[in-house]
Amino acid sequence: MAATGTAATTRRDFLYIATATVGAVGAAATVWPLISQMNPDASVLALAAIEVDLAPIAQGQILTVKWRGKPVFISHRTKKEIDEARATPLSQLIDPQTDEARVKKDHDQWLVVIGICTHLGCVPLGHQGEYDGWFCPCHGSLYDTSGRVRRGPAPTNLEVPPYEFLADTKVRIG
Amino acid sequence: MSGHSTYQPQSRFMKWFEARLPVGALIHSSFVAYPTPRNLNYWWTFGGILTFMLAAQIVTGVVLAMHYTPTSKEAFDSVEQLMRDVNYGWLFRYVHANGGSMFFLAVYIHMFRGLYYGSYKEPREVLWILGVIIFVLMVATAFMGYVLPWGQMSFWAATVITNLFSAIPLFGNAITLWLWGGFAVDQPLLQRFYSLHYLLPFMIAGVVVLHVWALHVTGQNNPTGVDVKSDKDTVPFTPYATVKDGFMLVCFLILYGWFVFYIPNYLGHSDNYIPANPLQTPSHIVPEWYFLPFYAILRAIPSKLGGVAVMFGSIFVLFFVPWLDTSKVRSAKYRPLYRQFFWVLVVCCVGLGYLGSQAPEGGFVLAARILTAYYFLHFLVILPLLGLVEKPRAVPSSISESVLKGSAPAAAGTRAPDRNG
Repeated sequence: MAATGTAATTRRDFLYIATATVGAVGAAATVWPLISQMNPDASVLALAAIEVDLAPIAQGQILTVKWRGKPVFISHRTKKEIDEARATPLSQLIDPQTDEARVKKDHDQWLVVIGICTHLGCVPLGHQGEYDGWFCPCHGSLYDTSGRVRRGPAPTNLEVPPYEFLADTKVRIG
Repeated sequence: MSGHSTYQPQSRFMKWFEARLPVGALIHSSFVAYPTPRNLNYWWTFGGILTFMLAAQIVTGVVLAMHYTPTSKEAFDSVEQLMRDVNYGWLFRYVHANGGSMFFLAVYIHMFRGLYYGSYKEPREVLWILGVIIFVLMVATAFMGYVLPWGQMSFWAATVITNLFSAIPLFGNAITLWLWGGFAVDQPLLQRFYSLHYLLPFMIAGVVVLHVWALHVTGQNNPTGVDVKSDKDTVPFTPYATVKDGFMLVCFLILYGWFVFYIPNYLGHSDNYIPANPLQTPSHIVPEWYFLPFYAILRAIPSKLGGVAVMFGSIFVLFFVPWLDTSKVRSAKYRPLYRQFFWVLVVCCVGLGYLGSQAPEGGFVLAARILTAYYFLHFLVILPLLGLVEKPRAVPSSISESVLKGSAPAAAGTRAPDRNG
């Protein structure tokens, strides 16, 4: 008892701190793989791109394709639907964004959005709701003909995936 | 309460064993000689029923795991094969699926019992908190189990609930990506849910041990809320509590059996007999009945983060009930105002459950908002204020007095209120 509890630094203090330090590093090094193994691996992350032929999609029709396990809506919009989207003042939008910014130039009739409600991930139903766009059956969110959210609880517009036109009737998503 | 044991081993073997590991003494002091308040009513039998349900769920669950395949391609078919081909497979699945419902029925009664009789109050705060932890684990376990059959309801329940985490600012999307192990709910999520659904019941069992331990340190509360003061206030656990618990368990099992054998799919949803389809959400998705009040709260708030926060808050607030309730009197029997507000809360919770089952439109949304507000009002405002303004009735000076002379206030009215009551 007499030897311990004095102010002088002892060999035991050194061992105590050294052990705790190495232990903390070891614990962190153990926890990291435990967390990381749950993240998507490289094979999942490798972007799988898909090509879609647009020719069979009639005006006013919405095609649903699967990309990265998610539904993607490709909407062939009518003139009326485009005009409705463009006539909406930005001040009325929850997540303000122009219709022009959500489609490719010179391909105004084609709207490509990820078909997942930005609230809690349900798939909205097309051609429904007050804004002629989509209606989410889960919690009642409404989207317009540009896929922009018009009524909550969804906080943001339907996401536009990366895509490009290979030809006038062919797109590559991804 | 569970002091040194009076257990005397009889056989030579038990004497030899007891000297090395005194298991007999532990069981004897906890479940045989253990003194229980003599006035416990049938609302006190649900702890035993819950222990039975946990054991039943683990036994049937281990059997189901022997026949289930946790892959997104085969899960649905393996459950159907279990139902149609495996000997008594239908029985084990229906007992397990309805067992979840019965488990929640019992736990809700158990929790409301605690709220009514003030069982969370000093010195039982830790006991109560352990109970809330068990409830949270039960919620997680039940949700993950519901995902495993991989029907439409399973899939979309998994999608909606995991998306709750995307509401977290900044890290939301990274967290959902991590939970899913991919870009959407699919194979990796199913498989990790299977693993965790097998693990969590054993964690529940661990917390149940702590819950029972804490109970045996403080002793049970009772309908009067008055502390045990002498041996006259108690009776031994065996045979009194054993028989009472056993009788109620049998009654409960008859109800359980009625569901299993006569209306096994009544509490389920027919859409879950459609295989999961990631491209189509069912037109009306609802959770199992025991989550409906929370679902109503989630939908009542017109903001994604807000709805998620308030829904988790509705469970979180329960952790603080021991300190939110400022009344010195435990039992609602002697709290004329609290007793009324208690029943309003019960109606509020049942009402939220009904609203959770309805489509999120029009008057239902407004009603859900009002009831959600009331739910929090009860815990955060009414409970603290009642303790200050309410004039409790006189409590009996002891349990034996309330039992032997009746609990009418006339018998106790002339006495000073019990200092701990």
